[in-house]
Amino acid sequence: MSRASSTPALRVQGLRKAFQDVHAVNGIDFEVRPGECFGLLGPNGAGKTTTIEICEGLTPADSGVVEVLGLRWETHAAELRQRLGIQLQETQLAEKLTVLETLELFRSFFRQGPSAAEALALVQLEEKRNARVGGLSGGQKQRLALACALVGDPALLFLDEPTTGLDPQARRQLWDLIDQFKRDGRTILLTTHYMDEAQQLCERVAIMDHGRIIAHGTPRELIASIGVEHVVAFATDRPVALAPLEAISGVKAVRTAADRVELQVTELHTCVPALLAEVDRQGLRLTSLTTHSATLEDVFVSLTGRHLRDE
Amino acid sequence: MNSPLARHPLVQLTLLRFREFVREPEAVFWALIFPILLATGLGVAFRGGSTGPVNVAVTSAELARAMDGQGALAPEVLDTGAALDALRAGRVLLVVERDAHGEVVFRYDESNPEARAARMAVNEALQVAAGRVDPVSVRDDLWRETGSRYIDFLIPGLVGMGIMGNAIWGLGFAIVDARRRKLMKRIIATPMPRHLFLGSFLAWRMLLLPVEVGVPVVFGALAFGVPVRGGMVDLVVISVVGSLAFAAIGLLIASRAKTIEAVSGLMNFVMLPMWVLSGVFFSAERFPDAMQPFIAILPLSALIDALRSSMLQGVPLTGVGTELAILGAWTVSCFAVALRIFRWR
Repeated sequence: MSRASSTPALRVQGLRKAFQDVHAVNGIDFEVRPGECFGLLGPNGAGKTTTIEICEGLTPADSGVVEVLGLRWETHAAELRQRLGIQLQETQLAEKLTVLETLELFRSFFRQGPSAAEALALVQLEEKRNARVGGLSGGQKQRLALACALVGDPALLFLDEPTTGLDPQARRQLWDLIDQFKRDGRTILLTTHYMDEAQQLCERVAIMDHGRIIAHGTPRELIASIGVEHVVAFATDRPVALAPLEAISGVKAVRTAADRVELQVTELHTCVPALLAEVDRQGLRLTSLTTHSATLEDVFVSLTGRHLRDE
Repeated sequence: MNSPLARHPLVQLTLLRFREFVREPEAVFWALIFPILLATGLGVAFRGGSTGPVNVAVTSAELARAMDGQGALAPEVLDTGAALDALRAGRVLLVVERDAHGEVVFRYDESNPEARAARMAVNEALQVAAGRVDPVSVRDDLWRETGSRYIDFLIPGLVGMGIMGNAIWGLGFAIVDARRRKLMKRIIATPMPRHLFLGSFLAWRMLLLPVEVGVPVVFGALAFGVPVRGGMVDLVVISVVGSLAFAAIGLLIASRAKTIEAVSGLMNFVMLPMWVLSGVFFSAERFPDAMQPFIAILPLSALIDALRSSMLQGVPLTGVGTELAILGAWTVSCFAVALRIFRWR
């Protein structure tokens, strides 16, 4: 996979798509470089799936440029289909087939690539080779879907919310597999609404909201851009007066969530003592106190005022 | 799975159809076992063998005695109320009683041919018992031709109904199910040529055809001696032409539906009129003349007419050209529309 590294694996420019009067994708630009894992991060309905399906050649765009591996869908669809690996959101494979039969079916569509059994090994599902698809767990089904995406030995992998609906253990297992694909030199575009997933897997991330990209860069750059190192979340037995909190030195922002107050701060070691003193001064009792280093979630919150998974 | 043939996408897609079918016991039952059970049941109920004596009810022992010695009649003495109940329940075809003036009264449904025959037989017995002497001497020479019994009529009807049901259900459910679970969308995201996906359904139809036609035909031949006078080649040609027509109709039905409920409704809407009108269980000629041109162009009518002409009368293929042309027209027009409006996702 030593392609001319000057050509992006995927180039998207001025992409727009509307369904009836909803602008699902409203003018976005980004590039995926060869060998990197690029993440489209955003809440449900942000336009991630529409974007990735346009890139996969499944949905026509209203306007804009999509160049995949230097080729266009309008002129090179057959060639592109051979070279892409695709995992769609919520595909249910045929339940009556066995795992191996499913992979033999998909393998038959491609000119070249690993055998069905080899693809099975890539996703560590060998012990299920003769099990019916209908009897697999959610995580196993998702690994099989990944194997189906790998049977053509693709240069570029599209993964649409690969871990949605999985339990934490199955998610971690899938992350390990995707990490391995990266080490094998594959380029990956993935969408997710889990900030930890994007942070863990992606070299670069574009944050999407309402059909637009509202920020992009490496996870580190994005977190640094909000000028916040840590988030302190706490709850008190009675409501706390917010104005004095905003005055604490090093506090960048104060947000109230359902049952707690969140402070975005630069320095933990000065802000936490000051917070404790202030709570004490107001005569309140602290019922919980947690801190974490700023994440992509906090980037999204500071850009939109909402959490990624406000349900 | 090492031979190049086994790695061809059409083979793999057809294997998918095969595996989905044989791993669904209900599908096997409805497609293959059910027609046999139906043919057995109807064949036994309407068997052309020794017809039993005709059951009639009489209201006095005197009338019953008059029928003694007439083996074809089985009189049962009942009071008037019980006799009428038996008539209503269909246990007897005719009630015979003598009214206050000594006149014999027959009660029966004159629209039922069997009841009319029973009335004539009873009348005959009563007149002879009363001393009538027939001037002409007669005797019966009984023979029964295979090909004219109800079971002979029924088997080609069941074959045609099976071809229709298997093709329409087979394509309709499988296509809509693949669309609903986004399997179709996933498959078209691969380099697979799209015509192979549809081609696999036709290939699977053709592979299953010998079984779905063979099972009722062989069963009919072995159990009831139903003939195949036109020969196996003609039977195969007619079946293939019919199966293609219904595959095209199935494809059209499934071309846009997104849910199993929607496609089930459409399939029943299309098939129900043909079950009734196309002469599966009884001759379509019972419907009014005004409807006959419409009935004749239904694909199931054309298929069943061709099957009956070939199997029962040995009519050659040239003699069923009109029926085959009707089926061909359905095939071409339904495929053309279906491919134009087919929704892949």
